[in-house]
Amino acid sequence: MDFIRNFPFISIVLTLFSGAVCSVLPGRAARWVNTAVITVSGVLSALVLRYVLITGECFVYMMGHFPAPWGNEIRAGVLEAAMALFFCIIMLLSMWGGRKKLVEEVEESRHNLYYVLVNLLLCSLLALVYTNDLFTAYVFVEINTIAACGLIMVRQIGRTLAAAARYMIMSLVGSGLLLIGLCMLYDLTGHLLMSNIQESVRGILADGTYAIPLVITIALMVVGLAIKSALFPFHAWLPDAYGYSTISSAAILSSLASKGYIFLLIKIIYRVIGFDVFNNTHIINVLFVFGLLAMIFGSLSAIKEGGIRRMIAFSSVAQVGYIYMGIGLGTEAGMIAAVYHIFAHAAGKALLFIAVIGLTDVSGFSRRFIDQTGAGYRNKIAGIGFTVGSLSMVGVPIFAGFISKILFAQAAIRNTGKLLPTMIVLAVSTILNAIYFMKTVIRIYTPSPDSKFTGIALKEEKLYALAIVLFVALNIALGMSSQPVVNAIQTGLTMFG
Amino acid sequence: MSRKKTEQEYRKTFAFRFFRWLNAEEDRYLDKVEMHPQEPYVETEEDIRRRQREKNALLNKLYGRKKSKSVRYLELFYKGACIVFCGILIYLLLLTVSYLPPIGVADRPVNNEVSRRYIEEGLDETGAVNIVSGMILDYRAFDTLGESHVLFVATVTVLILLRADHKKKERSSAGEEMAYSLEEAEINDRNYEPKNDAILQMAACILVPIIIIFGIYVILNGHLGPGGGFSGGAIIGAGLILYLNAFGFQKTQRFFTEKTYKWVSFGSLSFYCIAKSYSFYTGANHLENIIPKGTPGAILSSGLILPLNIAVGLVVACTMYAFYVMFRKGGF
Repeated sequence: MDFIRNFPFISIVLTLFSGAVCSVLPGRAARWVNTAVITVSGVLSALVLRYVLITGECFVYMMGHFPAPWGNEIRAGVLEAAMALFFCIIMLLSMWGGRKKLVEEVEESRHNLYYVLVNLLLCSLLALVYTNDLFTAYVFVEINTIAACGLIMVRQIGRTLAAAARYMIMSLVGSGLLLIGLCMLYDLTGHLLMSNIQESVRGILADGTYAIPLVITIALMVVGLAIKSALFPFHAWLPDAYGYSTISSAAILSSLASKGYIFLLIKIIYRVIGFDVFNNTHIINVLFVFGLLAMIFGSLSAIKEGGIRRMIAFSSVAQVGYIYMGIGLGTEAGMIAAVYHIFAHAAGKALLFIAVIGLTDVSGFSRRFIDQTGAGYRNKIAGIGFTVGSLSMVGVPIFAGFISKILFAQAAIRNTGKLLPTMIVLAVSTILNAIYFMKTVIRIYTPSPDSKFTGIALKEEKLYALAIVLFVALNIALGMSSQPVVNAIQTGLTMFG
Repeated sequence: MSRKKTEQEYRKTFAFRFFRWLNAEEDRYLDKVEMHPQEPYVETEEDIRRRQREKNALLNKLYGRKKSKSVRYLELFYKGACIVFCGILIYLLLLTVSYLPPIGVADRPVNNEVSRRYIEEGLDETGAVNIVSGMILDYRAFDTLGESHVLFVATVTVLILLRADHKKKERSSAGEEMAYSLEEAEINDRNYEPKNDAILQMAACILVPIIIIFGIYVILNGHLGPGGGFSGGAIIGAGLILYLNAFGFQKTQRFFTEKTYKWVSFGSLSFYCIAKSYSFYTGANHLENIIPKGTPGAILSSGLILPLNIAVGLVVACTMYAFYVMFRKGGF
């Protein structure tokens, strides 16, 4: 049983190693390796999750012969294991759903390189989730950034190249701020290990010696990670990156890559700075305000948007705003809602991206709304997937999005100062969401008898259909049996403290 | 008494050539220095019009000549706000720096038990005389494992972006020159070959072996003195780039193609991964590590550090060279 303690380490190293292996394999073999590695990592994470749920306590794993402040270590609790499992599931389904499109859009000779990037991205996500050391986190943030950049531009058209360049610049600004913050934190505390830093931070606050640099340091790290996860004013790179890259990349980037940074931020808030310390700074209010702004402006941009994929991309901006709003509430309940929304948004947004490609493919590869008329009849499974994803994003009961909205509202009630703005913006944003998603759903189910486009039969793309069905099932499962998930998140957050 | 030489013999001596060179009667390097073919610059009326149009568009964009007044004011405000914001940021950061712990004082927070153990027990625990090598390849090897994969993923991304997939031109036979049109020459740097820049080639002949041997020395001595895989690999990569510049792809392709790059970096990365996984696994499960540390100071010592330095060095050298090749036109 104790052998399970090795599994987080094995899953990280396995994905890292498979990246190097894929670089020498031909495309088809690399695809098999990729599928196998994601599956194995998922199974290992599930076993770790079961283990920590049974034992009821987290464990640290020494990477090497030297104990923690000298060597590296990783740490696994309920939340880490659940996040890793969820990332693996979403990544596997996204790869399945976009496989056909990848073959069409990307040159044969670059396929194996694409799988190298996907494996390394998964590795960096797993490492970000499990790490207990800030510098290790930074190293894997670098891998995440570069791999994401490659995923955007693997389909080489002008829009994606420009988007990749923009992403690179914005993301490096974020990395730079994070690195400066890290260096100053090391200067103030003399540690890189999360638990030791927290101890030192408490000491600093008690002495009152370095209060000003500490606040600036926290601000730098938080802003850096917010930029990297596309919080509202820093989302300029996002629409083209998600709207024009190959569809697996779009699904993975929107639902996983940015979520890895948010999870790292939550980890830093809990395990490095300390939740109560963070709540006493004004940075939390800044996050709250920008979260609210993102919810409104992201949705407004999505309504204005003329192309269906860019619309979904802008919807991501709004959803990231929800998560930051939850963090900004500054209560345990708000944090639970934010973490739950990471799950809900990842499941829903990946589904939407995978579904929308089926719709545009039966509409003459056009992204304009007018051409999507009746697309839900021409590609039935994609139509169902899109409808479920939209309903989940809008927040209709039995789907995942509903639960996260309820959790946000409940969390807001317990915070009197921020109750009114949260409720108003939540309501407005829900209506705006409904406007653009329902508009699209109605459009795809409006019959167009004189359509010039032909439909596609289900049996022509079995893997795609399977991916959509599993995504739908995942959304419904998250929405129907939310209590165990919420309980697990709560246990996980308690283990963080 | 010097013996009188015949005219024939005298012509063969060094002095004869030296004086001819001194009197500028002969230049060995004339016609041997790299010259690139240049297209004669002819401008048609269409070109002039286009140039004028582009210039006007640029000026309009720069000075906002066609924009309304309010838009121009808004842009002015935008620029002003940017400057103010940057000023505030600079002020805050400088303020922070002034409050940081002073440098050179013994009781700074960074002088704690972590660095003390690295300095005092690093030699015993890792077997490496160079503490930095001991830290990055033994104490904190997981970070370095990630760092070497950062290089790897960067090369993969550049390969995706820049690898030219066009068919290789069929050369009729090895020695024969193909006639390339100017457009073809523009696409691929290879078409300027063979290189015949005699000065560069002479310099490269002298420098490249020294550079590469020095790089190997830095890598192999990483655990004994300053150096290690990253710096040594960068030196070797620089040597390879110089060699490529002097002699062109025809020479380097004999020993370094894309396949070589692929297998060398795969080999060293997987060796690193497997070796370190073994060490992580034994360390975490408190098993005996069978790799001997050796006597500190000897070339074969400090356990895994030397092989890992070699692996990192190979990855870095390949990455440097691959980057250079990719950013030239034509690729590997």
